[in-house]
Amino acid sequence: MINALASLGHWALNTLATSGRSLLLLLGMLAGLTSLLRRPRLVLLQIYSIGVLSILIVVVSGLFVGMVLGLQGYYVLSRFGAAESLGVMVAASLVRELGPVVSALLVAGRAGSALTAEIGLMKTTEQLSGLEMMAVDPVKRVLSPRLLGGFLSMPLLAALFSAIGVLGGYFVGVGLLGVDSGAFWSQMQAQIDFSNDLVNGVIKSLVFGFVVTWIALFEGYDAVPTATGISRATTRTVVNGSLAVLALDFVLTALMFGD
Amino acid sequence: MTAASARPPQPTMTPAPEASSVLVRVRGLCFSRDEQVIFDHLDLDIERGKVTAIMGPSGAGKTTLLKLIGGLLRPDAGRIEVDGQDIGTLSRRELFELRIRIGMLFQSGALLTDLNVFENIAYPLREHYRLPESVLRRLVLMKLEAVGLRGAAQLMPSSLSGGMARRVALARAVALDPMMIMYDEPFTGQDPISMGVLVSLIRQLNDASAMTSLLVSHDVRETLSIADQAYLIAQGRLICQGTPQEIARESSPWVRQFVDGLPDGPVHFHYPAPDLAASLLSEAHR
Repeated sequence: MINALASLGHWALNTLATSGRSLLLLLGMLAGLTSLLRRPRLVLLQIYSIGVLSILIVVVSGLFVGMVLGLQGYYVLSRFGAAESLGVMVAASLVRELGPVVSALLVAGRAGSALTAEIGLMKTTEQLSGLEMMAVDPVKRVLSPRLLGGFLSMPLLAALFSAIGVLGGYFVGVGLLGVDSGAFWSQMQAQIDFSNDLVNGVIKSLVFGFVVTWIALFEGYDAVPTATGISRATTRTVVNGSLAVLALDFVLTALMFGD
Repeated sequence: MTAASARPPQPTMTPAPEASSVLVRVRGLCFSRDEQVIFDHLDLDIERGKVTAIMGPSGAGKTTLLKLIGGLLRPDAGRIEVDGQDIGTLSRRELFELRIRIGMLFQSGALLTDLNVFENIAYPLREHYRLPESVLRRLVLMKLEAVGLRGAAQLMPSSLSGGMARRVALARAVALDPMMIMYDEPFTGQDPISMGVLVSLIRQLNDASAMTSLLVSHDVRETLSIADQAYLIAQGRLICQGTPQEIARESSPWVRQFVDGLPDGPVHFHYPAPDLAASLLSEAHR
């Protein structure tokens, strides 16, 4: 009993300490954002690394998710004679939920793990200490551009995911299953609301981009500087990043679309 | 007597240097990591313009001492003054201003792996000064020429051998013409030719640039051949200090074992452990 309490206390203290360190790191990174105005190239490099290099996986995933939505949506809607509403269903599902969430999960797996491994290895090979000794703040110089790069890349990737997904749904619904093309597009145009659907989707992806990148950078910066330490940190990035996205999605959905 | 229980002898002290001639002053330094005491009230002075060697067995905390002096780690107790400034009381900005005047050669080189050799050396210059590209290029090439690697300017760090990476790191460490440079095991992994060049280079850099050099190394012979002053530390304490000649004459068994590389002496090869036979038997019973 005492041991269980001690373990619980130890876990609670560790969690609090980790939260504190991650918050301090976040404050440091946010403080470093102003210095990036003089060095926009650092951010562009990270947008390339986090965003552009994730395009392939986002496009392919978006296409298949859209195709599956088109297929499943058609089967359900045609039972009620509402197959013409397929465009709305596909677009709303993608723009509101699947675009931001799935692209964030993909980025957590592809770019998040890469960020953690990169920062962790920089720590292990003393590159971060080397920067410190050159009077260069590694948090501002290395981490802040990555945070901003992830934050800006995510809505673009989510938009791309949704756009490709709609095309996938169109290909299956209109091209293969015979839904009317005009109804597909016109119902979508009439029903998808700019502020309710598009803006909320963008807000979601901005939040997910920020949180996923923050978790990835913190795990790398806080990693035990050994091979096992980096391996565990990379795993934590994907697990914690994905769970955070899903949990935040519920909260944001409740706030945005609740009565 | 085990290594853990043995108490090192009191250091043979040479007269304390004049205050103004001391660049780094360490007083009552205490530092622990994972409940292991690394330094226990350590005192030492690093004189300006000299090559000072810090030597000691593995795990003695030599690299830790450099990190404490550079402000990368905070001591548990005690004071570290660099050029009259107490490292522990400096703000982050003041610490960075001081670090611009301190170069450090890390054991691993710590080169930025996404930049080539030229850009690695240009990095601190680009960060702290706005130099015309032509001036920057000349400066970098001069630094590379000094370490014999001008021809490797366009190579990536992953293409360099361990020894070459260390020399590039040395060129980067002196890029800002610091008042002091700290070398962490600079001779490890060097072939005999590079080792000889590096040994004389450290001495030449120190004398030509009126720098202060703090050298941490296991290589006793090479280190003592260029050092003006040497400190021997073990078990968190100063065992011996003096000129290389004084160290060579020191009769303490601690010093003799380390300097002469003797297998047996006050420092035991084996980490403290229970009796081997008892351990083996208890394992068999399990």
